[in-house]
Order: sequence, then C-alpha cells, then structure tokens
Amino acid sequence: MTAEQTNLMTTEAASAKPETASHRDRPAVSAAGARKVSERETMSLADETPKIQVNNLNLYYGADQALKNINLMIPEKRVTAFIGPSGCGKSTLLRCFNRMNDLVDICRIEGEIVMDGKNIYDRDIDVADLRRSVGMVFQKPNPFPKTIYENVAYGLRLQGVKSKRVLDEVVEKSLRAAALWDEVKDRLQDNAFGMSGGQQQRLVIARAIAIEPEVILLDEPASALDPISTLKIEELINELKHHYTIIIVTHNMQQAARVSDYTAFMYMGNLVEYGDTDTLFTNPGKKQTEDYITGRYG
Amino acid sequence: MKQWFKSGVPWIWLNGAAVAFSMIMVVGLIGLIAVRGFGHFWPSDVALINLTTSQGEQRVLIGELVRSQTVPAAVARDSGERVPDDVELVTRHLIKLGNRDQTGVDFAWYLELGMEPWQYPRDITVVERREWGNFYGTPVALLREGAVVAQAGDQSFEAELQAAVRRSLDLHLQIRRLERGEIGRINTSLNRLRLDERRLELDSPPADVEAAELARIAAARETLDAQYAVLREELDVIYASTRRDTLQMRMADGNQVNISLAAIVRVTRPNELSVIGKSIQYVERVWEFLTEDPREANTEGGIFPAIFGTVTMVMVMSVIVTPFGILAAIYLREYAKQGTMTRIIRISVYNLAGVPSIVYGVFGLGFFVYYLGGNLDQLFYAESLPTPTFGTPGLFWASLTLALLTLPIVIVSTEEGLSRIPSTIRQGSLALGATKSETLWKVIVPLATPAMMTGLILAIARAAGEVAPLMLVGVVKLAPALPIDTVFPFIHLDRKIMHLGFHIYDVGFQSPNVEAARPLVYATALILVMLIVVLNLAAIGIRNRLRERYRSAGE
Repeated sequence: MTAEQTNLMTTEAASAKPETASHRDRPAVSAAGARKVSERETMSLADETPKIQVNNLNLYYGADQALKNINLMIPEKRVTAFIGPSGCGKSTLLRCFNRMNDLVDICRIEGEIVMDGKNIYDRDIDVADLRRSVGMVFQKPNPFPKTIYENVAYGLRLQGVKSKRVLDEVVEKSLRAAALWDEVKDRLQDNAFGMSGGQQQRLVIARAIAIEPEVILLDEPASALDPISTLKIEELINELKHHYTIIIVTHNMQQAARVSDYTAFMYMGNLVEYGDTDTLFTNPGKKQTEDYITGRYG
Repeated sequence: MKQWFKSGVPWIWLNGAAVAFSMIMVVGLIGLIAVRGFGHFWPSDVALINLTTSQGEQRVLIGELVRSQTVPAAVARDSGERVPDDVELVTRHLIKLGNRDQTGVDFAWYLELGMEPWQYPRDITVVERREWGNFYGTPVALLREGAVVAQAGDQSFEAELQAAVRRSLDLHLQIRRLERGEIGRINTSLNRLRLDERRLELDSPPADVEAAELARIAAARETLDAQYAVLREELDVIYASTRRDTLQMRMADGNQVNISLAAIVRVTRPNELSVIGKSIQYVERVWEFLTEDPREANTEGGIFPAIFGTVTMVMVMSVIVTPFGILAAIYLREYAKQGTMTRIIRISVYNLAGVPSIVYGVFGLGFFVYYLGGNLDQLFYAESLPTPTFGTPGLFWASLTLALLTLPIVIVSTEEGLSRIPSTIRQGSLALGATKSETLWKVIVPLATPAMMTGLILAIARAAGEVAPLMLVGVVKLAPALPIDTVFPFIHLDRKIMHLGFHIYDVGFQSPNVEAARPLVYATALILVMLIVVLNLAAIGIRNRLRERYRSAGE
C-alpha cells in the first residue's frame, strides 16, 4: 500500500466517524432538542436538588464590571451548560465556582455563591479544600510533566496518600472512569506529553476525578480537540453526570444541546436566559437568545 | 540587479558571510592555540652547529631551533653584526642553547651567515633538570661515588644511565612522600599544638586545668618531636643516597660538567629517536604537563595545581551561586508583587552583569576578605592571630566573589525559565487543590530546571575564564598546597589557589625567561579552553537530559 493510499484511508476514516456521530446528534439545534424531548420527557429546574446557588453575584476587573447581578441555581448531578458569545463572562462565572479568579489581582467579587449551604467566599473557607471538591478541566489539555501515573496520582499525593496500593487502585479507577484505561494501561510510566491531545484531555479529567470532587467545571474542554476526541469527551460527560455535578462552558451550541440538561445563555455579563436545554433551544423565551442560537450574532 | 536585491538573496549571502567569518575567527584562534600549545611537547632534533661569527671567531653550538626570521641586513648591522655590503636580507635563527647555569644564556639569535651545514649527531643528549632548565651536550661517563661506572660508548652505558635516572626519580618520590605526607602531618599537628597553647593563654582557665592542658601539649609535642627525629634521619639517608650518582657531560665548547642525578628528570637522545619513540615521549611530556607541579618560576614542569585550583574554585562557586540565584529568581518571579519595586530590583540585577569584573575583585577584597574575613578571624581563629586565617585572600573568597559576579546570569535565566512555563499548568495544579508552594515545588521548579542549568552553564563558563578579580581575592603565582587533601577538614577554603587564567598571565608576562615561557602560555591557554569546554559539555549534557524529561511542556 502506498503512502498516499494510507493517507487517503485515514482521512476517510477520520471523516467517517464524526459523520456517524453527527447523524445521531444532528441536524441542527432544533432536531437535537426534539430528540431530547422524546428521550427524557420533561425536566424542570424546580424539581431538582440545588447544588450551588449563586446570589446577586457581581464581579469587577478593576473598574470594568464583568458579571452583572447573576442569580442562578446549579442542580445536583446534572450537566449545566453556559453558552454565549466571546467575552460574555461565561468563563469568568465558571471560575468563580472554584475561586480561580482569586489568582487575578485586580478581580473583585460581590454577592455570594452558596454550595451545600455554605458561602464559598466566606473568610473561613480554605481555598485548597474548595478546589478539592470543585475540580476543573481547562480549554487546553494541561498535563504535568510527569508520567501518566503520577499525573493522576498528583492530587492524592498532595493529600498525603502514600500507600502504593491505594494509589494504584485510584489511578486505575479514575482512568477507567475517564475511558482511558484501555489505551494507557501498558504505559502508565510513560511521560504524559507523549499522548494525543484527546487522550491528554481525558487524562486531565481522570486527574480531576481522582480526588473525588463533587462538582466538575469544564471550560470549553473540547475546543482544542478533533471531532473524534470531542465525541469521546462528550460521551464521557454523559457518563460522569451520574456521579458528579457538571458545569460546562462551550462555544459550540450543538455541543451544549448534546450534552447538557440545563443551559444558561449569557450576554455582556448578564444572565439572559436559563432553563432546561430542550426548551431553551427549541422555544427560547427571549429575543436575544433566539438571535444567538439561530446564528444571527455571536 | 534590482530584482536580485528584491529576491532577498543578498541577505542570505550577508548572513552566511557573517557566520563564515565568525567560524574562521573561532577556528583560527583555537587552531593557533592548539598548534602552538601542543607543538611545544614534541621532542625536536638537537643540532650541532659550527659557525664563524662575523668577528671571525670559531664557535660550536648545540641546541634546538626555536624559529627563524629573515630581516633586512640593516637591522642586523644595527645590532652590531658585521654583514657584507652586498647582502640585503639575512636570515637569523633563534636557538635554544640550554645550559643556563653554565653560560647564562638560554636562548640566542645567530645569523645564518658563516654557519656550516647543521649536523644532527646521534649522541647529543638532552638532560631535563629540576633546576636551570635543559642541558644539551654529549655524555662522557657515569660516575658512582666518584668512580667511573660506564664510559660513553660502552655497551652498558645507556642501560646504566637510565637505571640510575629511574632510581633517582624513585628516591625523589620517596622524599616528597615523606616531606609532604608524614612530615606534613607532624607539622600540622605541631601547629595545632601551638594554637592550643596560644588559646590557653587567651582563655586563661583555672590553674589546674591550664597545667593539665600544658602537660598534655608538652607530652604530645615530645612524641611528635621524637617521630620527626626518626623521619628526619630516614630523610637524610635518602638524601645522601640521591647524591650517589653523577653524570659527566661535555658541552659544545668542550668543557666538562658534572650533573648530579638527583637533579635530573629525564635523559634523552632526540636525534636517535624514531617517530614512534618521539610520540611516546610526547605523550609522556603532555601527561607530565597535566599532572606535575610547576618548576623554575612556572616556566617548567606542569600545571596540575592550576587545573585543580580552577576546577575546585568553579565547583565551590557553583555550590554557592546556584541556590542563591534560583531562590532569588523564584521570589522575584513567583512571590514578589510585580510592580515598580520589583522592576527596579530586576533592572539592578541585570545591570550587575555589566559591572567590570575588577570592581567585584576590589569589593571582594575590601568587604569579603578584610571585613568579613577579618571578623571571622577575630571570632573563631583568634589564637592564630596576627597570622590571618580567613582575613586573607583564599579559595572561599575567590569563589564567593565569582558567585556574586555570576549571580545575575543565574537569576536572569531562571526567571526566564519560570516565565516560559504556561500558566495553564500552574492553574491545573491549583485547581487540584494544591497550594501555591506545592504547585511551585512539585510542578513549576522541576519544569524550570533546564533553564536553571542553562544559567549555571553560562555562569561556569564566565567564572572559569575570569582572572582580574581573582588576582585580588585568592589566586597566587605559586600555591604551596592544594586546596583539597587528606588532612582534616579536607577542603581548605582558606588556602590560596593557583588558577589557569592567572597562570597564563603570570607565565606570559611576569616570567624571567620569556622565550622558555612562550609555548607554555599557549599550552596553558589550550588547557583552560578545553577545561571550560569540558565543564560546559558536562552541564549541557545534564541539561539535555532534563529537557528530554520535560520535553514539549512549554509547547
């Protein structure tokens, strides 16, 4: 077989798989909504157990206000998506949940975010503790320059776990949960940088769930990945929501429609509309939302 | 033409030419040093020259040709030679005549005019001596206790001579071992006793304690003195035995000279040697150069103490500068609030790299040596005052001064390494509940180690080649002892050291025998360059291994 042929074939293979994937999820937003409605009949925020409650949240970068009086409830063990055009504040809001904004010197926050009955911006909150229960996965895969094993074990080692048996167990469990175990079980001691982008991102998810958080924040987790890897991540999210409360920020509306139970649309620092994903995509309540999801701006 | 300029081709040529020019300069420099430096150790043939001087005097010379020049006849006439009027250019040769103790002249220029063809008799012998440089001549006889053992020309002469040389070298080694080792140990102990006594005087403890202590010192001194007496006797016997053999030599002018075998390092007949024989001798001489102590005001012998001193100093400097520089850089980059103050500090640090090194030397002498060292002596070494221990230039102060000099380099490259680490990795660790310091030490610092190594490499290269400040803070022409030996505390940070860079300066410009020193300057320079290359290669090797481990983290 010539190199050209191989090339052709791999291209075909690569393009074929996402196609089947999209056949299932597409075409377009409305159809996806329709499918979901048929699958899960009705969902309503009112029936859910609240995990996080955001009350009157205002956030400033110096003099600029980035979040304007946000109020919303994140339901437990559901996937909540934040969508909106670039710069609308969705990532900023996400980073409030594990206080990553603390790293920005000029950032100032008013209002409260209550998780399990406790305001996470209280003075007596240990930020490291908070981050242990609210894991986060970033846009670009960011494995540490260590072996695959050590990447997953990192969080546990921080907590002082030394037992080899416990570590082995958790590493395997986490990698299985992140649907990565079969691909890497023979090279756990290899450097994580040797993996593909999609594998790295799943490794980062495994790393996050290794310390058994309650909430997982996903900041555009698939935007740097190819379609196949994206699909794998989305399937993974569907699995993980049985155990974790998931909040995902995404640019990609189809993705939001595919993976989320509830969707919040944000614009210019305001929370414009928030509701169950099917309703929001099929029958948006606000003109701005409709304009955005039909592609008129953003 | 315009098209050609537009195409960008001239730029490529210009850049290529710049690279070529740099390469030529570097290769030329290294080549010159290598040829001159390595050439020195090749045993060249020794010529027998019959000549009639311009004054009409008949002379016979034995010596090695160093180099030749062709000069206008006028120049020769000006220097007092009589050159026929019809001659415009004359060639003159610089001949190494040796026998400095006999004639007072080691090197001399002779005009080619009046020289008969040079001969290379096989029996011309070169005697390398511990003092007074080489001796050139023809052997006459080997004497033992004043009686002839073998005449030159006898079958057994060569074998007897070489055996005698080996024996005398053995004895020399024994003497040195006794003097440096055993007697050195006794001297150190005696000195320690003296200091104990002095401390007793300074402390003035209760009478009974003092008496007991004095008794102990006296007893110890007595044993040591007894041991010394034994060794001294042993030494005297060996010394006497080294005077047993004498080599009788005839100089070019026919005078006979007796050379005691005790003063001889090597006896060779270069004219007789094949290329292989010369090669063996060449290797021997290079090895001797690398491993022996210098002789004759550094113009003969080896440079081992200088190599050792340079390496030790660079090592001690690295040990000092690495932690300081890295910690400072981490604070500046990771903890300090980035603002006007950090910017000022950073600019100051960067500018430190541009301060002339002699300024550091003066600072080191004034602050480290006299102030810090002086106070250290007052506090901890009061008993040996007024002889200073640390209040005088030495290895530690030289290393510390160089550490200060190279600190900016380490700080700058560490900071750059830290700033190149993507913030996502940092956030990834923080998001897992790591504290700032956990993130720093477990993730960031390991990632920045290649950059830190780069800083250290640059620092080492700079430090190993530095001379000016060292002249003030601890490097000397001739150090009596190495800074590391088997006597407690093994690393003697207070000792003065020799240094290759300073050795080059000293041999080249402070030497009484310029011609003899010249090739040594090249050879020493070559060793210094090679030493720096080796140090750098080692550091680069370590860095590349680290880099391999953290490959593509920054991408």
